[in-house]
Amino acid sequence: MKANISRLFHKKKKQVIDLWMNNQLQDVSLREDLISNDDLRAQSEELVEVLVNKLNDDNLSVVDSADFDDVYEVLGGISITRARQGFSPRETGVYIFSLKDALLQILQEEFKNDPVSLYESTMKVSRLIDSFGIVTFETFIKGREEVILRQTDEISEISTPVIRVWDGILALPIIGTLDSSRTQIVMENLLQEIVASGSSIAILDISGVPAVDSLVAQHLIKTVSATRLMGAECIISGIRPEIAQTVVHLGIDLSGIVTKSTLASALKYAFSMLMLEVRKKQVSSGNNSRVVNG
Amino acid sequence: MDKIPILRMGQFLLVTIQVDLYDRLALNLESDLVQMVSKTDARGVLIDISAVSIVDSFMGRIIGNIASMSKIMDATTVVVGMQPAVAITLIELGLPLAGVHTALDVEKGMALLRTKILTDGEENEYSDESYDDSE
Repeated sequence: MKANISRLFHKKKKQVIDLWMNNQLQDVSLREDLISNDDLRAQSEELVEVLVNKLNDDNLSVVDSADFDDVYEVLGGISITRARQGFSPRETGVYIFSLKDALLQILQEEFKNDPVSLYESTMKVSRLIDSFGIVTFETFIKGREEVILRQTDEISEISTPVIRVWDGILALPIIGTLDSSRTQIVMENLLQEIVASGSSIAILDISGVPAVDSLVAQHLIKTVSATRLMGAECIISGIRPEIAQTVVHLGIDLSGIVTKSTLASALKYAFSMLMLEVRKKQVSSGNNSRVVNG
Repeated sequence: MDKIPILRMGQFLLVTIQVDLYDRLALNLESDLVQMVSKTDARGVLIDISAVSIVDSFMGRIIGNIASMSKIMDATTVVVGMQPAVAITLIELGLPLAGVHTALDVEKGMALLRTKILTDGEENEYSDESYDDSE
């Protein structure tokens, strides 16, 4: 009796598809706005086709059998396309589980007079389809995670530009929270740029950092020390009143570091260290400001 | 046994480390250098570590030691050309090398040494020649 299940599905492929389509069309939650009935049918036919081809009586009860790799691939494809079309994961799940109803209906008709076989085959089929349903969720989550990872990479990449504000002066505006991995990237970028440009002063602007706690302060101190080891001077600018308050309340010692409240004052300080001077031009020779070596 | 050459340049000693330092070599360098400082009466020591790509805590300590030793023998030590990766490693190891002067390259290191010698012990916070605070 057992030997019949896969052959039965193979034989009644057409009926399975029809039943499945029927089930879906009856479902009130069917999203006709997202997918046309023809597309839906094509999608369903593809899945049933590959399923009945791969199904045999040996692997029916082994849900992680390698035979189902193709099925999982089709399922993954369906899950991703449906996610792009705007289906919720729940709707995709319902879609797969409605296949179970169709298959069970067939089994019920076939084993009408044999409750034991009916029970056995029902169990097997539902376990298989449950596993398929889980795969669609996994694919959905994996797709989402990839998007999140890519965005994380992008954020860490775009948010740490090193700017050459003057010959020998680098500025590095930090936007967003500083954690260990970001500090590492910031530090590496800054040190590399110091070597590449031969700059002797780096300005670390933290006006875009929402909060400074002891960990962030420690990261800042590390960056400043590393810059100093390279032979360059590091100035921290953009210390807002709130930041100054928290830093002092936390008892963090920033006395060994040059700190300025704005980028402008840090730049002024850097100019004076390099013995440069910003002066207003004489009116007769134009009204732009210029810099002369002092 | 390899030896790291110590070159004399007027009042200064110039050490360029062109190979990756191993412990024995570093210890030899340390003793050679203090000997040399006392023999030549050097006023400044410039150590170029631009070719050093790997450091450990021992190496960091040796560099710190050399600086402190030269300091009490009245010679200023400047470490130049540290690689970014080396700097990050030393910081992560908790060795910020306080008391060691640093410069980006040999040229800037020499300029720094000269100002140091000229001001003769007078502590100058922005000691590089071009750094001199005009305020």
